[in-house]
Amino acid sequence: MLMENVKDSVLVRQYIEGDEGSLEILIRRHKQRIYSFIFSKVMDRDITEDVFQDTFIKVIKTLKRGKYNEEGKFLPWVMRIAHNLVIDHFRRNKRMPKFQSRNDFDIFDVISDGEESMEYEMITSQLHDDVKRLVEELPEDQKEVLVMRIYKEMSFKEIAAATDVSINTALGRMRYALINLRKVIDKHNIVLTR
Amino acid sequence: MAKLYKESLPESVKPLGPKEDTIKLLLSFSKALSISHYKNMTFEILNN
Repeated sequence: MLMENVKDSVLVRQYIEGDEGSLEILIRRHKQRIYSFIFSKVMDRDITEDVFQDTFIKVIKTLKRGKYNEEGKFLPWVMRIAHNLVIDHFRRNKRMPKFQSRNDFDIFDVISDGEESMEYEMITSQLHDDVKRLVEELPEDQKEVLVMRIYKEMSFKEIAAATDVSINTALGRMRYALINLRKVIDKHNIVLTR
Repeated sequence: MAKLYKESLPESVKPLGPKEDTIKLLLSFSKALSISHYKNMTFEILNN
């Protein structure tokens, strides 16, 4: 049987099981309808392209996380995601009026807020949350030393006094805390960089 | 006549479909993305 004739539900299942080719068929099968739907709302090619891309990034993440509800049909589900992202786009634009650059003048050539982008801040915040959750998994004595040293910036002398142990013990606990964190990070291929 | 009318539509109202680059980017993203579960945590890993 030609893959083009395979039902969406079968392709979705195959993709979840690791067949990347099934995703390509799904995208190519429905790209025109989804693209036209988005375009009919935003009436701008670049924005349509962005929303189309964001829609499928969400689809891919949801499928890979195993969060897709197989009871629903694939295309209506993707359309709902696209619809929600279109609404998000209009909400953002309402909050932030659009400045249209001309050919001879681009506002971004002359202004800079001098701050990190929102995306950068969000990634940093996510990374900090991930590290905090990993720290929570450490044995209590190691977690205590690590929190005092990294988050409270206490010296090992102060940590030793606060926990009623020798400086060497505090150093040892810190060492094991870092070793244990690295083990978990390596074992699960967790990437903690931007 | 219908053909003439169609041809006179401004280009901006004719959706052509996504660019091939966008589709390729999505397929590459999918291949690079893996999900790792550890206890009650889920991590998204992008392999280059």
